[in-house]
Formats: sequence, C-alpha cells, structure tokens
Amino acid sequence: MRVPMTWLREYVELPADVTARELASRLTLAGLEVETVDELGADLTGPVVFGRVLEIEELTGFKKPIRYCRVDVGRANGTGEPQEIVCGARNFAEGDLVIVSLPGAELPGGFRIGARKTYGKTSAGMICSATELGLWEDHTGIVVLPEGFGEVGADAIGALGLREDVLDIAVTPDRGYALSMRGVARDTAALYQVDFRDPAEVDIAGPVGPGHPAAIADPALADRIVLRGATGFDPEAPTPLWMKRRLHQSGVRPVSLAVDVTNYVMLELGQPLHAWDRDRLTGTLTVRAAEAGEKLETLDHVQRSLDPDDIVIADETGSQAVAGVMGGLDTEIGLSSNAVLVEAAHFDPRHIARASRRHQLSSEASRRFERGIDSRVQLAAATRAVELLAELGGADVETAYTEVSLPVEPTRITIRTGHAGAVAGVDYPEGTTERWLRAVGCSFEADGDVLTVTPPSWRPDLTDPNDLAEEVIRLEGYENIPSIGFKGFGRGLTGSQRLRRAVGRALAASGHNEVLTYPFLGERDLDGLQLAADDPRRVSMRLANPLNDEEPLLRTTLLPGMFRTLARNVGRGLNDVALFEMGLVYLPRAGAGRAPLLPVDRGPSAEELELVDAALPEQPRRVGVVLSGAAEHAGWWGPGREAGWADAIQAVRDVARVAGVDLEVEAAQYAPWHPGRCAALFVRVEGERVLVGHAGELHPRTVKAFGLPERSAAAEFDLDLVERARTKVTAPEVSAYPVATQDVALVVDASVPVGEVSAALAEGAGELLESVRLFDVYTGEQVGEGRKSVAFALRFRAGDRTLTAEEAGAARDAAVALATERTGAVLRG
Amino acid sequence: MSAPNNSFDPVEVTPLHPDEVARMREEALAAIEAAADLAELKEVRLAHASDRSPLALANREIGALPPAAKADAGKRVGGARRDVGQALKARQAVLEAERDERVLVEERVDVTLPWDRAPRGARHPLTTIAERMADVFVGMGFEVAEGPEVEAEWFNFDALNFQPDHPARTMQDTFFVEGPEGGESGLVMRTHTSPVQVRALLSRELPVYVVAPGKTFRTDELDATHTPVFHQLEGLVVDRGITMAHLRGAIDTFVESFFGEALRTRFRASYFPFTEPSAEVDMECFVCHGRSVGNPDEPCRTCSSEGWIEIGGCGVVNPRVLTAAGVDTEVYSGWAFGLGIERTLMFAHGVRDMRDMVEGDVRFTSAFGSEI
Repeated sequence: MRVPMTWLREYVELPADVTARELASRLTLAGLEVETVDELGADLTGPVVFGRVLEIEELTGFKKPIRYCRVDVGRANGTGEPQEIVCGARNFAEGDLVIVSLPGAELPGGFRIGARKTYGKTSAGMICSATELGLWEDHTGIVVLPEGFGEVGADAIGALGLREDVLDIAVTPDRGYALSMRGVARDTAALYQVDFRDPAEVDIAGPVGPGHPAAIADPALADRIVLRGATGFDPEAPTPLWMKRRLHQSGVRPVSLAVDVTNYVMLELGQPLHAWDRDRLTGTLTVRAAEAGEKLETLDHVQRSLDPDDIVIADETGSQAVAGVMGGLDTEIGLSSNAVLVEAAHFDPRHIARASRRHQLSSEASRRFERGIDSRVQLAAATRAVELLAELGGADVETAYTEVSLPVEPTRITIRTGHAGAVAGVDYPEGTTERWLRAVGCSFEADGDVLTVTPPSWRPDLTDPNDLAEEVIRLEGYENIPSIGFKGFGRGLTGSQRLRRAVGRALAASGHNEVLTYPFLGERDLDGLQLAADDPRRVSMRLANPLNDEEPLLRTTLLPGMFRTLARNVGRGLNDVALFEMGLVYLPRAGAGRAPLLPVDRGPSAEELELVDAALPEQPRRVGVVLSGAAEHAGWWGPGREAGWADAIQAVRDVARVAGVDLEVEAAQYAPWHPGRCAALFVRVEGERVLVGHAGELHPRTVKAFGLPERSAAAEFDLDLVERARTKVTAPEVSAYPVATQDVALVVDASVPVGEVSAALAEGAGELLESVRLFDVYTGEQVGEGRKSVAFALRFRAGDRTLTAEEAGAARDAAVALATERTGAVLRG
Repeated sequence: MSAPNNSFDPVEVTPLHPDEVARMREEALAAIEAAADLAELKEVRLAHASDRSPLALANREIGALPPAAKADAGKRVGGARRDVGQALKARQAVLEAERDERVLVEERVDVTLPWDRAPRGARHPLTTIAERMADVFVGMGFEVAEGPEVEAEWFNFDALNFQPDHPARTMQDTFFVEGPEGGESGLVMRTHTSPVQVRALLSRELPVYVVAPGKTFRTDELDATHTPVFHQLEGLVVDRGITMAHLRGAIDTFVESFFGEALRTRFRASYFPFTEPSAEVDMECFVCHGRSVGNPDEPCRTCSSEGWIEIGGCGVVNPRVLTAAGVDTEVYSGWAFGLGIERTLMFAHGVRDMRDMVEGDVRFTSAFGSEI
C-alpha cells in the first residue's frame, strides 16, 4: 500500500513537523511495515511555472513537425518578455495554460533545462509533459491545464504537488484494513493521539426506490451487495489532475474517469468497486457460484474457464465478472457508456483467495478481499463513487439504489482488562486496554474487569482475546516490553544429539569436510548409480512442484548430491577431497495413504497421530563419505598415498568406534560400488546382525556417469542403526599383570578374508586374549601360487596372575587350531 | 712389602710423607682440572684414582706402619683420595653436561618443516553455528527437539493456525509432495521448523522448553540471498505465567552471546498465524551501531544503513495452536521464536553470498575448522 503523505493528512490532524520518515518508523514498530519512503520530486528544482501559449509557429523541413512557441511566463523569466521555446508536442493550441520549466530548472532524473540552439532556433526552456514532471506516465503530449488552474508566471511545483513523500507499506495478511488510506490514517491518528476524520462517513439518504435489481444466491458466497447508478455521465470527461497524480503516486495507472474513480475510492476506503456499463447488462445481477463449463473473457483479454468454486456476478445472459478478482470484457465501462452502475460487495474471503490462485490472477481487488475488507462500507463506497462521477463527469446520481444485505452474526470477544498486560509482562495503567480498543474502533460493554468487545466491521482479523491484546500492546509500544531472564529445566542434549556431534568431529578430524547437499534427485542420478530396475532406492517420494523438472525426486541415498559436490570441487582444481554429509533420506512406506487433515479445535488422539505419521516416509539419518585424490600427501618425508576403498571402509569403522560399536565387515556386491571392492557393514542390535551400509571403491561406470576422478571411493550407512547398536559400557577391570605376546604367521588360500581368520583366532584364543592385530600380509613365491601369509600379533593377559609361557602358548595353539578348522590356515614354518 | 717393624719411623717411609701425599693430591687435582673431555678424564682417573695410582699405592703402605702412626697416615692419605674422588665426580658431571649440550645442538632439526601428511577436514559452519546457537538456549534450560523434514500438511500448516485458503498459507512457497499416482499426499517439505512446536507439545510433558534447529525448504531458486534449502532454529516455551518479557529476555541473551553485550534489540509488531501477538525482532547493527543512518558519508554494508538488522520472528503462541496440540489454554501459555541460521552465520562471520554455504567448496568450509 502506497500512502502519499498529503493525502493521509486529509484524514489525520498530524502535527506539521512530523516527517514521513518519522511516521514510517512509528508505523513500522506498530505493525505497518514501511519498506521505503519515496521522496518524489526531491530532485526537482525550479523554476517551473505556469505559462500561457501566445503564439505557435509551425517549423517545417524537419523529420517531424516542430513548433516554435512564444509563451507568456509573466515575470518568472525576469524580463516579462514572452519565453521562446521549441516544442515537439502537438496537443495544444494558442491560449492554452501549460507548465513551463525555465533555464536553470532540473526535472526528475537529473534532466537539466537550459537555453540551447535547436531546429535553427534558440529554445529557452521546455513546455512539460506529465512524464517529464513525474506526475504520471503520459506520452501523448504536454500537459494542458484547465482554465483557472494557476496564474501565469506563478510557481507550479507546489500547486501541482510535484513534491510528495510516499510511504510504501508491506501489509501483513491480517491487516487488510491497512490496504486503504482510511485504515492507515486511523492507526496514524491512534499512534499520535490526534483527531481522525473518517472518509467513510458519507451522507446517504435512504433509497427512494429500488435500483438495478441484485440478488445473492448463496449466503456462503457474499453477505452484501450494493448497486448504485449514475446517468448522463460524460465518458470523455477527463480525470482531474489531482486524482491522476494521487493514483500515480499510489501505484495505480490512470485509465479513464469512471475507472479512476472506482480505483480512487478503493484506495481511500479499501472497498474494491466495479463500474458496470448498465446498458450492456440484462436483468438482475446475481452473486452466484459459477456453473460447470462456464467461460468468461476477462478485462485482460483472457478467455477463462470458470470453476464451480468461483464466485461470479451474472446477469440473465450469464457470468459477467469473476467476483472480487476481475471483471468481464463485455460489460466493461467504455468510452460510450453514459449509464454507470457501481457495484460494491462483500464476498467470502476464502472463495476469493482460491479463485485468485486458481486463475493466477492477483489483482488490487483480490488482495483486499482475501485479507478481509470492511463488511459494512459498501453503501458508503458506492455512494462516494457515484458522487465523484457526478462531480467530475457531469452525471446525475440516481437517488434509488439497491442494497442486498444478509444477516451476519457479529463477533464478540470476551477479554479481561488485564489480559494484554499479562501477555506482555507489563503492568499497564488502568484504562489502557479500553483506550486502545476504542482507538481501533472496537466497542465494548464492561462488567467489572471483563470486557465484551465487538470489533469494528473493518477488522475481521480481530477474533480472539490475543488479537485484542496485540492491538493494545503494539499501540502502547512493543519497545516498552522489558527483557526478563528466566530458567527452564532442560536435561541437556540427548545421547543421539551428542553422538552426532562426536561423529562429525571425528570425521572432520580424520580429514573429511562436511557438506550439506540438496535432497533433490533425478532418474538420471539413479541410473548413474547403476541401480537395478527393482532396486528399492528407485522407490522415492516425488515433488509436485520441483524447482528443476530434471530433479523431482527426494533422495533415497545421499551419494548423488555428494558426487556432484565432489565433482564441483575437483572442477575448481581441488584434487584431494574427502567429504562427509550427515542427513536424512526419505523412504516411502509401502501402502502409505494420504495424511489426514485432523481437526484443530482439540488435540489429536493417539490413533489420529498414528494415521498422520504412517503417511510420512521413513526418514533415517545417514552418513555419507566420498573420497578422491591423496589421503596422505607426498612431501619431504616421502611419497603420498591415494585414498581408496580402505579409507572409505575405515571412515565407517572410525564412526563405529566413536559410537563404541563393533562393526563387522564382509565382501559384498552392491551398486554403486566396484563389485570386487565393496564391503557390507553390519552391527549387532540386541544380538541380531543388522546391515547398516556399504563402503568401498566406486564402480567405474558410476565414476564416469558423475564425472568423478578414477578410483573415487565412498561409504554410506545408517547412523540411526549404529546408534541402536550402542550398549551401555560396563567399566573393564584393568589387569596390572605383565602381557604375554605371541606372533603367529598363517598361510591361507588367497580368497580367504582376513576378517574371518582374525575372528577365528579371537574366538579360539579364549578369555586370556587381550587383543589380536594383523601386522602383515604377504604373497609371493615363499607361500606359493594362490596362497597368502597373514601375520598376527596376539597379546594375552590374565587378571589375577602372570601367565606362564605354557599358558600363553596353549592359548595361541587353541587360536590357531580354530583358525585352521574354519579357514584352512596353516601355521607358517 | 715390608714386614711390621715397630721401630720404623713413618716419616721415613717416603710415600707417606705429608709433603709427598700433598704433592700426589695436587698433581691429581691439577690433572683432573686439565682434562678437556671425557676421554682424557678417563685417562686421568686411571692415573690418579685407580688401584695403581700413587695414592692407592701409598695407602697400602699404611699397614706397615706402627700402630701409633697408622691413624695419622690413614687420615692424610684418605683425605687426599676423597678430594680426588670428589674432583673427578665434579669434573665428570661438567664434561658430561658439555657433551650432552653439544650432542643436542648437533641433533637440531628445522622445526618449520611442514608435516601436513594428512589433509585437514572441517565441519560445515552451518552445523557448528547451529550447535552453538542451540547451546546458548540449552544453557537457559531448553532441550533440543527434532521432527521430520517431510512433514504432514496438518503439522506444517493447520495445527499452526494457517487456515485453509488464508493468504498466509501462500506466503511460504511450499514444496508439495505427490501422493501415489500423482494424487495428493497431504505431505510437504516443511517450510519452517515450527511444526516441531506441535510435535514437542504432543510428545512431551508440560512445561516445555525446547529449541528445534533444522532444515527447511521453500521453492526459491538459489542465488546470492536465497536458497531452497535453509536452516532455522525454532524456540518454544509453554509454561504457566509466561510473558513476552521472558521472550525478550531469551532473544537478548542470544544476541549478547553472538553479537556482543549491550546491543539493543527491538520488537516490531508483525503477523504469523501461529503467534498472537507477533513480532519481528531487530538488533542494533553491531558494526555501525546506527551511525550510518541518514549519514551517506559513512554507509554501513552490514545493515544497509538501516541501523537495525532483522534476525527473526517471534510471538506469543496463538492459543489456537495450543488447542490443536491438546494443551489447556486456561492454564498454560507460551511463546515461540524462529531464527535464521544462515542469516546468523552471514552476520556473525561476514558471509556475503548464500551460495558459499550451499556449494560445498572445501576452501569455504575448512576456514571454519571443527568449532565456531
């Protein structure tokens, strides 16, 4: 809502020294956020004066016709001689009153006026157009003023209102009343505690007889419609300069007098109006729902298919307007319309909001209707409009008019006088609540400290006690709310929250950079991962309105987004990149139905909540890791080492260690990993072995599909499952007896996983074993083709004695025996 | 070796003569002092303190002396040997220290050599700043609550008093999730962390003091100031006798913690469906402290010369929200606030372009390390 200051001051006795900026700041704090203060004409300097065209000499021989004029500007040019001005416009005649900028003037946009040679003449000044002065957009010629508008030679800047400060207010959805001068003025008057003159207070004589017939077909669509006519209207009557200027300053384009008047009254009172050409209407105007299949060409020349949820205004031949949104082309007031019928109605805001969205048509009218207009201002607005048409367009106001008004139950709110203070935490003086409620237009009955409040018809947003509290608190000043300390009684972070932090720190400490990728995927990503047609990761949620049509899916895996981030880094010349991400994936539940919309007038039952949550996808928290380039740099200490499958698996082991969980690793074939270099990762949850994820080197086709460096590696696993595998640690008893160390070298078939040998040793060694650690793997001639030697360090220790060499040896032998039994391992001689 | 001879005069046994003992002592001490290194000192030890040294030999002669002379000679020789022994020990210590010092100097390395074998990693600054923000409130007695990112419309809108067809429902450009066969699912990508308010009220015992940091989604294209995926921190208190003054206290504590003490904050009346009264929260610009306002000579990039920086929205929880969450509004009231995490990072650390926080360039992330 754009609010010119001089217009506002017509309704508010605002002290003269209150600047636009100061008012802007007050309004902003009180909930009418002034986004900008436009100082129109601030860059305009005179002399700009009224002039009379004395003589016009048509210059010929140029590409376009040019006029050489002698213009009387009184003594404004210092000499009293006529000013000689060359002008390209042709819409004026000798004797016309015009606006002249004299040499030395500067027009909006830094346009300096001087005396200059042009078309073989000296032109000392300019006869101005509306656009040049910043009045409004008009490229048809210069401004010709009505006789008597100003005195020749007098300053025109003030008289034309060329300087104006305009507040641009971003109106929140609840404050529909502030989409009018009337509403902004009322709040301004309240804030400054000065008098307010209500422009809606219009003298109206009761209807002398029925006007144009009207009806409301369904009370759910509208509760009031007023039709008021004017006859003998001169459709060619110009809109006066002051009205055009105000419309322009308010951001509305002047069109024609009839349209301009309806817009002007809408800006003034907040009531959207429609001006019908009465001669094009047939019979009763009915507010009804559109019929299925109905069509209407609207003012913007668009043929619209109407929805049965649209409200229309129809005459006996069919729909003529999408109510509250846009009028129809056929019945538009035109340049031949002498009979104007002004319609003012109060439509149901929800219908208008839906229609506006359905037709993707947000108009000045729909913006006001959907936020809620004054439900009782219709007659005043229509009357104000026809009176302006009479005054400015020579029309006669018809004394008869139509008002269809359905009964509406008024809103009543019960509130304690201390409620606002209790909400704010401020002890307001007695009478504060009553004072501010009155200022915004509420009436009330008091019973002790209980008020029964009736909000004014222009405040449909006031429905609850807290709405009234807000009015009191904002007008009293939000800045007066004190700042008070307090203490909750939280028990700190949960184990899960602490684990996530620890995992993030551990991965960062081992060289990984955290990324937060977008969760949007496309089919191409899933193909790039080499997923089989029936891979469950292809079953995903889909956005109805994705930002990018190529990526409408919600991720079922973190990896594609991370691959893109890896490729971006490599593309920027960062070759050694280790990334991790911790985030949710979205896994649809088979057979999930539509999430119900539960009632809001009570809390949901457990069953209802279950229904809602059953419709949600599962959203487990995953950790992803992707690696490429050096895991260790080369340097003066020696060569570096490329990151690979082992680093990816180790990253998961590190996380498991942070969680205090044993991770079991076994070979697997799983997309998008290299089939020979992929590990499946398991944990134990209450004794049960649970797959948590995979890690290893990426499949070459995936590497190619995502444009990754060769041999890139990755891991992805479910952190929630790792967390579920956590058990409470029982403190170990630490033995102070000496350790007995035994190394064993075993030869096994090359295909035997070391993990199996190690597990067999650990199990066979029994309780005396403290740790088993692989320290060498050897393949070569000494162990023979297809065989490998694996060497382990076993450490034994007892809690109650020093182990003898025999005890340690026996434990080692038992370990080797089980390894032999399980894996065919042979002790290397 | 002489046999005991009672008439023997000890003075006449040359090695035991006082002058001779003194001479041997002096010679030994001089040699010890002259030893330049540990090897020389070893030679000196052999010459003057071994079993074959003159003082050792002299000591053997004492046995041959008459009893009356033994004590005197013993005292003399013993004293000399003790002096020599001590001098050797002292010299040994000095020379060892000298040697050690020399060796340590020789073992000197260039400690400025880099040892960046393993590349550095870092956590994302949005993660760490969200944790820090949460911790400020945890310190005030809040717990950290969480909720799903794909959320039911009922939680995201209806329960928060976004009425169907109210313009507020279209204020936030929502990602809608399709149902099976392209139908309606009743699900959205949550447009704010506020649904966690309702979930917290439904799942926790009252009173409730929670903050909910998390991802949120709106259909904005990525540019310098917008991203479709961003982060908020929601705060909610529902208790008896809760007022906007406490809300202001919580916000002030946050501002002090992140941007400095004695920064003014202000509430501006505003509108959110789930709070009533509602306010936008501004803090005084921590760079120019308002000096840039109306002062073109000293413009402020941080606050665009407004003097104030908007940091979030807040208000008293609309009793309709409490009702939808099954809370007795006769007994309980509360307030809520929402802070932008990207915004906090941008202001606290001078991030100029939203894309830096989105693209995952490791140069950006690693500048912040693992804690912020």
